[in-house]
Amino acid sequence: MIFQPAALALLLAASLNALLLLGSGVFALHLLRHWNPASGSERQIALERRTYLVGTLVGLSLLLGLPALALFAHNADAMAPFFTGAMCAVGSLKANVWGMPALLSMLAGFFLAAAWLVLNHLDGLGWNTPLIRGKYRLLLLLAPLALAQAVLLWLYYLNLNPEVITSCCGSLFGPASGGVAAEMAALPVATAMPLFFAGWLLTLAVGVGFLARGRFGRLFGLLAALHFPLALAAVVAFIAPYIYEQPNHHCPFCLLQAEHGYAGWVLYLPLFLGTAAGIGAGLAAAARADSLKVSAPRVAAGLTKVAVAALGVFGLAVLFYLRRSNLVM
Amino acid sequence: MVTMNTWIERQRALIDFSVANLGRRRGRNLGLFLAYTLLVFLLASVVLYGDALRREARLLLADAPELVVQRLAAGRHDLLPATWLEQVEGLRGVRGAEGRLWGYYFDPAVAANTTLLVPSASLSTSPPAPGQMVIGAALARARGLAVGDVLSLRGYDGKPYAFTLAGVLDADSELVSADLMQVNAADFRAFFGVDPGLYTDLVLRVANPREVRKVAEKVLQRLPGARVIAREEMRRTYEAAFNWRQGVLLTFLSTLMAAFALLAWDKASGLSAEERREIGILKAVGWETGDVLRMKLWEGALVSLCAFLAGYVLAWLHVFYADAPLFTAVLKGWSVLYPHFALAPRVDVAQIATLFFLTVLPFVAATVVPVWRAATLDPDEVMRE
Repeated sequence: MIFQPAALALLLAASLNALLLLGSGVFALHLLRHWNPASGSERQIALERRTYLVGTLVGLSLLLGLPALALFAHNADAMAPFFTGAMCAVGSLKANVWGMPALLSMLAGFFLAAAWLVLNHLDGLGWNTPLIRGKYRLLLLLAPLALAQAVLLWLYYLNLNPEVITSCCGSLFGPASGGVAAEMAALPVATAMPLFFAGWLLTLAVGVGFLARGRFGRLFGLLAALHFPLALAAVVAFIAPYIYEQPNHHCPFCLLQAEHGYAGWVLYLPLFLGTAAGIGAGLAAAARADSLKVSAPRVAAGLTKVAVAALGVFGLAVLFYLRRSNLVM
Repeated sequence: MVTMNTWIERQRALIDFSVANLGRRRGRNLGLFLAYTLLVFLLASVVLYGDALRREARLLLADAPELVVQRLAAGRHDLLPATWLEQVEGLRGVRGAEGRLWGYYFDPAVAANTTLLVPSASLSTSPPAPGQMVIGAALARARGLAVGDVLSLRGYDGKPYAFTLAGVLDADSELVSADLMQVNAADFRAFFGVDPGLYTDLVLRVANPREVRKVAEKVLQRLPGARVIAREEMRRTYEAAFNWRQGVLLTFLSTLMAAFALLAWDKASGLSAEERREIGILKAVGWETGDVLRMKLWEGALVSLCAFLAGYVLAWLHVFYADAPLFTAVLKGWSVLYPHFALAPRVDVAQIATLFFLTVLPFVAATVVPVWRAATLDPDEVMRE
């Protein structure tokens, strides 16, 4: 089962990613112990040089993260026929216990890497690298996560057994099964829809407010982060059924397929971009260093613009799909 | 907006500079480019060809019957009595059942196994008339036959049976019909000595795909000595077989990938004195470490992109226009009579992403450290050398 080109490619990517980030993690430990900008010693200069390498590596990791996530979801979808009872990605991911954790670790890795890069960028703007310690503490989180991601992917693909009878998305997101997924699906539309749109509007309003007044930037970052699970819950609860025009079909993965007009890509890409930029904007707004007094708010405003635009596109796409649908719920 | 524009301008200037840089060291970069293109070409050929075969198998199986029932005797496939057909015909959920007649015949003239088959009665084409035969295109090619020729085959009893060639099967279906000979039922039974009350196997049509498993269970209840094969299982098996072949080839090719990564690493870390001085001068005139790093990364990205495109296009031509002569034997897995068929060309984003991961990633991973090393050279030290 592991002998499949896409699986091999993902395993290669995750393994290399883990290797490079683990190296960076070891360096982070070293840096946190010995970093001393006042010193002109050889060690300090070597540390300073190496920070460029780590920045490049995390950048690569982020560049890789989103395509890897998309390929993983797409491949899970393509593998569904191998598993009796599986009809889309959910069935493949549920074929063993490692699938869902692998997906979640990839999601977390993507947003963490994005946050790290914003910090890295800010840090480079200040003349005294004011955020270097915080940045490398975050890297200590990112490196084990990359390792966990690689291990989970290996476990998932090595333990795939095509004969296993798995749940198809209908039974996972149907009322019969328990767990978080079923609870999200069970949210009544009357609650979920206002909740989602209220959250969306609030996030956008705070973002626009921040752009106009320069206040509540941190709140915007927090809201953008919270908006992400809310949006995913909304997709499962009512957006997906509206797109499928079937009240009992809640699957967030079937949206990625061609027969639904690739709606998933239209929704998820701006959502991911907006969330990552929003979290970054919050971080930039929270940066309190003298050397960043001018540049941090500028970076925060730039990221907020991206985030507001992307989240706006996401919400408008949702509205478009709801309006187009013939389903009445 | 202003910062965005300056950023783009900056990257554009860096790209310009990188292109000029690559042009100046043409000989050195050409070797790397060729090796890179070859790697992409080989991997892309395997992936494209395997995917096209899988798609073909999927299309063929789309029309296959939902269930095939075979009789097992002492663990071996055996002929089954016509009474079995009556027993499963009435099952709820079965839309149609039919007995099939087919068998293998070793043709000494082409030294290959061929398949003799009685075409299904449910098809629109009528079976060949008595004494006549319709054969697959590959077989016709191999034996040099044309319509109207007489083909003499040795039957089960050692006597020769003469068949007149009434037609050659469409080349479109060659993946499955390459080695096929179609005759009518009476000729088939006479040729192989099969009694009138016997069939090779049964096929069942099930209208509702969700009932297939249930129908299979019921068939097994009524006919305990049967083996029931579902179409989905066949599809899964085909996919797994092609996946496996692709994967094995890719695994072998990964040694090549490692060798290429080594080459890239070597090329990137072995900077000439001239290049070192160049970086030193750039830094002396005000380039930052980050700028040099970005320029070097752009160089790598440009080489990767060009090699990837060239390799992919070559692989595309190799697979879809030249029938993939390098990998046919391994991936297709036919024995003697190779079907000759054109695969439908198709671009698949996931496939490109897969290839990109498999080829560009090792390159990037191998070059990132040497590139960083070059970018952090000390200008003072370098220019003093």
